[in-house]
Amino acid sequence: MSWGVNWKASVGLLGVGIKYLALTMLVPLIVAVVYGEDIWVFLVSLAVVAALGLAVERVDPEPDLGPREALLFVSLAWLAAAAIGTVPYLLAGYGTSSTVGLQTGSFAAFTGSIVNALFESMSGFTTTGATVLGAISTDQHSHALLMWRQLTQWLGGMGIIVLMIAILPEVAVNGAQLMESEAPGPELQKLTPRIAETARALWLIYFGFTVLLAALLYALHLLGMAPNMDLYNAVAHGFTTLPTGGFSPQADSIGAFSAAVQWVVIPFMVVAGVNFALFWHVLRGEAEVMLENAEFRVYAGALAVVTAVLAVLLFRGAAPPIELGGTTQGVAGNSLRQAAFQIGSLLNSTGYATADFAQWDTHAQIFLLFAMFIGGSAGSTGGGVKIVRWIIVAKAIRRELFTSAHPDVVQPVRLSGSVVDEDAIRGIMAFTLLYVVLFALSAVFIALDTTRVGIQLSVLESISASLATIGNIGPGFGRLGPFGSYLFFPDTSKLLMIFLMWIGRLEIVPVLAVFISAVDSR
Amino acid sequence: MYVVVIGAGEVGTSIAASLASDHEVVVVDVDPDRAEQLKYELDVLTIAGDGTSSEIQTAADVGRADMVIACTDNDQTNLVACGTAKTLGGGFTIARVKSTDFLRTWQGSEGAFGVDFMVCTDLLTAENIVRVIGLPAAVDVDPFAGGLVQMAEFEIAEDSPVAGQTVSEADRFESLTFVGMFRDGEMIIPRGDTDIAVGDRAVVIGSPESVQSFATDVAPETTPDDADDIVIVGGSEIGYQTARLLEERELQPRVIEKDRDRARWLAEQLPKSVVMEHDATDAEFLTRENVDDADIVVTALGSDEQNLLVSVLVKRLGVDRVIAVVDSPDYVTVFEEIGIDIAINPRTVTAEEITRFTYESVAENIAVLENDQAEVLELELTEGCGLVGRPISEIVADSDVRFVIGAITREHQLVTPRGDTVLRPGDHVILLVESDSVSEITSMA
Repeated sequence: MSWGVNWKASVGLLGVGIKYLALTMLVPLIVAVVYGEDIWVFLVSLAVVAALGLAVERVDPEPDLGPREALLFVSLAWLAAAAIGTVPYLLAGYGTSSTVGLQTGSFAAFTGSIVNALFESMSGFTTTGATVLGAISTDQHSHALLMWRQLTQWLGGMGIIVLMIAILPEVAVNGAQLMESEAPGPELQKLTPRIAETARALWLIYFGFTVLLAALLYALHLLGMAPNMDLYNAVAHGFTTLPTGGFSPQADSIGAFSAAVQWVVIPFMVVAGVNFALFWHVLRGEAEVMLENAEFRVYAGALAVVTAVLAVLLFRGAAPPIELGGTTQGVAGNSLRQAAFQIGSLLNSTGYATADFAQWDTHAQIFLLFAMFIGGSAGSTGGGVKIVRWIIVAKAIRRELFTSAHPDVVQPVRLSGSVVDEDAIRGIMAFTLLYVVLFALSAVFIALDTTRVGIQLSVLESISASLATIGNIGPGFGRLGPFGSYLFFPDTSKLLMIFLMWIGRLEIVPVLAVFISAVDSR
Repeated sequence: MYVVVIGAGEVGTSIAASLASDHEVVVVDVDPDRAEQLKYELDVLTIAGDGTSSEIQTAADVGRADMVIACTDNDQTNLVACGTAKTLGGGFTIARVKSTDFLRTWQGSEGAFGVDFMVCTDLLTAENIVRVIGLPAAVDVDPFAGGLVQMAEFEIAEDSPVAGQTVSEADRFESLTFVGMFRDGEMIIPRGDTDIAVGDRAVVIGSPESVQSFATDVAPETTPDDADDIVIVGGSEIGYQTARLLEERELQPRVIEKDRDRARWLAEQLPKSVVMEHDATDAEFLTRENVDDADIVVTALGSDEQNLLVSVLVKRLGVDRVIAVVDSPDYVTVFEEIGIDIAINPRTVTAEEITRFTYESVAENIAVLENDQAEVLELELTEGCGLVGRPISEIVADSDVRFVIGAITREHQLVTPRGDTVLRPGDHVILLVESDSVSEITSMA
């Protein structure tokens, strides 16, 4: 089986990645030590994963990647990361009632537990934030395991491969191709001539924002404005805000914290949906690059408009009277906060919540669904179609309409004043079409699959299940609301959603390109 | 003056012809027959040979020349000829180029390629077309400082919104200066509170964009605005530059170009224009795209024949004003006789621009106004001259000469003069002065 690809090179490099991924388990290990919890789970996980990495690395000790190998590597890397992420879940939950723990009672229970763990892990690395973890609390799970869950999102946010390029010289050699496949958005922006420096710059900005948020949250705690935001929670939420993740060790998500905490988190969620390369320009004193960026303007404008409309809806009574985080009907402050938080969270695919929007009326819910479709900016950590693609699709369609009336007019599509290449437009049209088709087919599949096992799913629920996973958003509507769970789905639907999260994070193309080249070479 | 002209094409010949009567002229041309022929046509010395070689230039005694004008049809040849002349100690060098790229390089660093003054034929032609299109209300328009600055004279018509306003009300543009007014044949130096009356002639100096905006204020009826339909037929360099300059003046022309790649390139370069890819000689296409309703059509195709055909075609379809680019000077009158409103010949335009340089004066550039009552001069200030180092208000107060500084260009950037602006050596100053006092002003520079 050649697949027209030198798969050994891809797998060999994968070994390197796995080896280093094992080291990240030191973080939950330290948490376990601090809280006096069982350290064996993470010690064993670390050893198993490191051994696996060292073994796989030997497939090709000197990997040299071409474009196809790069695509295969990137696709496999995310699959492998998700698979490795399951090890602590399975081990820690073994023999307990944990939904993600390894069950050996029956074959169905065994496969079910593995699917659950893989779902949780994939949802983590792809920064989706959809969960099958039954009870989210430190009574049920260790602090260390919940911190691992947060950490997977942080690692996945800026991209595990971008991180590898930044710190591993053996990966940096093929860096540009790899980053192109992983970075969200239609094209790779090189900030510096060396790709490793670009990757490092992006990760430093990401790291900087994370530290800043954690520090601010903990400062609120020390000032007495957030009694339950202790150091653990401050770090845990720092880990999942910037990657537009949405996991929280609290069952009530950010709703468990004071209004002050919610106000602090909102700007960081907004930041997470911005192209990080723009911050690099701002740090170099070129703030105008950010302000003149068409995508940033649309993003900021969309946030403002959608938030304002939702705030009005909430003020007029779209939410049930007794609501977590305060009644919104007739209370302007609460309405604005709830609207800003939910839009900041859903528009760029974070997935936090401070209110159970699944309980809101249908107007408000459909409005939120629309916001979910927008997605973050290219080069941000957000999911979805990405704003820049919508802008280009809209402009290309407008051009088509214009040129059908004036067939001789030559009209390039422009973005922020520069001309967009026709090939790029074609690629973006294909991507958007593929995204919409996959989303729609999956929604239908999920609806049929649940009916098959006797679960009645509403239209809004099945649509949101598909959209929330392919868009890496997390929460949906109905039973999939921000405080709900994906646990009740049959394994087949869960496997489809795992696939959707995977290709959604890699923006479809790398995964499908690998499949296509496999089929073509036969 | 002793002038060496390199290249005896249409431009070179016409320059040599206009200089021959007052100056010593030597013409160098690579074609011996042409050189021989010219010897009899004009009262000049001719040398046959490669104008870029130092041997030929030495034979033309370039070292003694006050001015060397390189105006062959080839950009590179002209640049090298100027470079060689500079090495041999030849005086002021002028190069004719077609590429705006060379022009930009030269503007970026004074004296690049050994060229003291560069004339870009296509850009110059485009600037001419845009002046004709953009300022039909102006009595007189002249470019200064290589096109960075424009002087325009307007007659205030009865229906002009500016009539009855004071100068400070009318002059609301940052980079525009109201330098003079003529009322009943008398020159007035305008102050902020001077009233503008019907029948006055107002002279303004400023950036071409601000002059255009002012024209819209003065004569909103005749001055084209973004509602006017301007069609440029042919995406040649002249057509492109014309569209670009119109865009700078907030106008949105349509450009018709037959070649697919060129059309795409034009569409990418011209964000505000509408580019159409089609053969402009197709009458059905012209009607379909409402070119017959256009206010102004400019034909800038590759050949005179095509321009003639399209010009006649659109004129018959009912276009008001047709401006044609005519490559051969002989055809200019032919075009105008058959009803084309304005025919512009790039070579004539270039030759005129270069000839203006040969006036023996400190002033680089002159425009004469109102039966020689006043002149607009462009002066390059030298180290230690009487105008340098003091604020303008002080110079005006100390001098009994009536003059107004309209614009300053410093390192190819426009500086709007204010009372406290201090002039520096190297600045180009564009000012209006009474004709009687011209010599006093030039003696100060």
